[in-house]
Amino acid sequence: MFKRLDNPAQNSVNVTINGQPVQVPEGETVAAAVLVHGLPYTRTTPVSGAPRAPFCLMGVCFECLMVIDGIANQRACMVQVREGMRIECQQGVGELLS
Amino acid sequence: MKQHYQLAVIGAGPAGLAAATVAAEQGIEVAVFDGQVAPGGQIYRAMESIPQHRGSQLGDEYQRGRELVSAFRASSAKYFPETQVWSLNGRREIGLLLQGQAHTVTADQVVICSGAIERPVPFPGWTLPGVMNAGAGQILFKAHGIVPDDGVVLAGSGPLLLLLAWQYLHAGVSVKALLDVTPMINHLYALPRLPRALLAGHYLTKGMQYKRDLKRAGISTLHNVRSLRAQGKDALQSVSFLHRGREQNLETAVLLVHFGVIPHTQLGRVAGCRHVWDESQLCWRPQLDEWGRTSVAGILVAGDGGGIGGARSAEHAGRLAALQALYALGTLDRATRQRLARNDRKWMREESHIRPFLEAFFRIADDMLQVADDDTLVCRCEEVSAGQIRAAVADGHRDSNQVKFLTRCGMGPCQGRQCAEAVSHIVADASGKALQDIGHYRQRPPVNPLTLGQLAGLHSEKTE
Repeated sequence: MFKRLDNPAQNSVNVTINGQPVQVPEGETVAAAVLVHGLPYTRTTPVSGAPRAPFCLMGVCFECLMVIDGIANQRACMVQVREGMRIECQQGVGELLS
Repeated sequence: MKQHYQLAVIGAGPAGLAAATVAAEQGIEVAVFDGQVAPGGQIYRAMESIPQHRGSQLGDEYQRGRELVSAFRASSAKYFPETQVWSLNGRREIGLLLQGQAHTVTADQVVICSGAIERPVPFPGWTLPGVMNAGAGQILFKAHGIVPDDGVVLAGSGPLLLLLAWQYLHAGVSVKALLDVTPMINHLYALPRLPRALLAGHYLTKGMQYKRDLKRAGISTLHNVRSLRAQGKDALQSVSFLHRGREQNLETAVLLVHFGVIPHTQLGRVAGCRHVWDESQLCWRPQLDEWGRTSVAGILVAGDGGGIGGARSAEHAGRLAALQALYALGTLDRATRQRLARNDRKWMREESHIRPFLEAFFRIADDMLQVADDDTLVCRCEEVSAGQIRAAVADGHRDSNQVKFLTRCGMGPCQGRQCAEAVSHIVADASGKALQDIGHYRQRPPVNPLTLGQLAGLHSEKTE
């Protein structure tokens, strides 16, 4: 769906996306990383279970809510990747207490 | 962190950067709070880190941000990046979240520079993965050098759509089609506003140049497109639409849509600032005086967050708001404030010439604004359809808040950012009332999410 134009930056970090190890350029947002990775969706809705993916990428649509390092309801477009980060799709409302 | 500042600027786009720089030059204590990792806002995003070749692909308007950002960096303003503002009230107490820790600070003067968001216009299938805002496409490109990898379709109306198509062209991205939904009748309404727009003719020249370049490159642009529809089961597979009376279908995995921009008003509304319906820009905006003062003492709004004027205009508005804040603080006397404001006022006037024309020319068709299709989801979060909203109106619910209470539209994670305008349009149309009387959702903190744990651990230094 999406690709990086430039060669991968020299500095990359190792993250996992739904358990799969992936190298991502430093400074990228989680939302950008999962779009290039080709993740089909980032969350399912609490109401109907419909799949959703990033829509605005500027923090105002809340469609890219994901579970990041075990904490649910994070806007993937507002979080930068970090070494060792665990990124997972969020199902429904997500864990409220974690 | 300090608990009190003389001036707090919220947002580090063109308005916020200009406001903070001017105020800091006068030696007052200024703090700038911004959600992004680096200054520039959305328009000048990634200004400091972008590779040179990509910077030039973005065009010369983008380069303008460099001066603003470096002047700001050289100033004494205290800058807090990656800081979410989740609350603001009439006593100018600001709720902040940085590095997972909640804080409150106060300020004598607050300038909100929240900028614009893309106008959310619900249409069938707009919630499917693969449908995104054109601005999102541009952010991926600017900040990360990421582009659609195969025949993207662009649809909607407005200068940004054209600009993105042009930027993609220069980056070698294959654009399958540009579907322009601008109604032809707009040309007629825009015509009387053309003479004034010619005073800012460079914008028109630029727009025509983009169009020429796209045409020369063979990018198919279809005008007067109607009945836009995104299709697919769990993700976007194709886009269908009416063109010249014929239904057409384009296969694509990525559809980028744009229907103009509107002010991001969340924070001003939570602070209790009075908002009005702007019939020309078709949006809610805070009621402001010539300095950007809102109805709440000590709270100002500058830039697109106060009404759409564009990036250049936002700079000037930011400086004017800073001058007013300095005057209110007693740092500048009245005569100095007036004198320093003169230049920015002049340039702001110049910038405003193009706006009435653009607003008329790119006005979205009423049937799109009012979401003619009953099955289309209007509230993406709570999954409330246009039909449910119309049914609520038929049941006697005649303003935005009543419809919200009944249907839950606007109660999800985005807190109405994505549905408020559409709900206003639908309710006004279905009830026959004026948009101003439909009102906007009542806004309450937090306007950005924080956990109960973070709220409980609210850290407020009592050192001063």
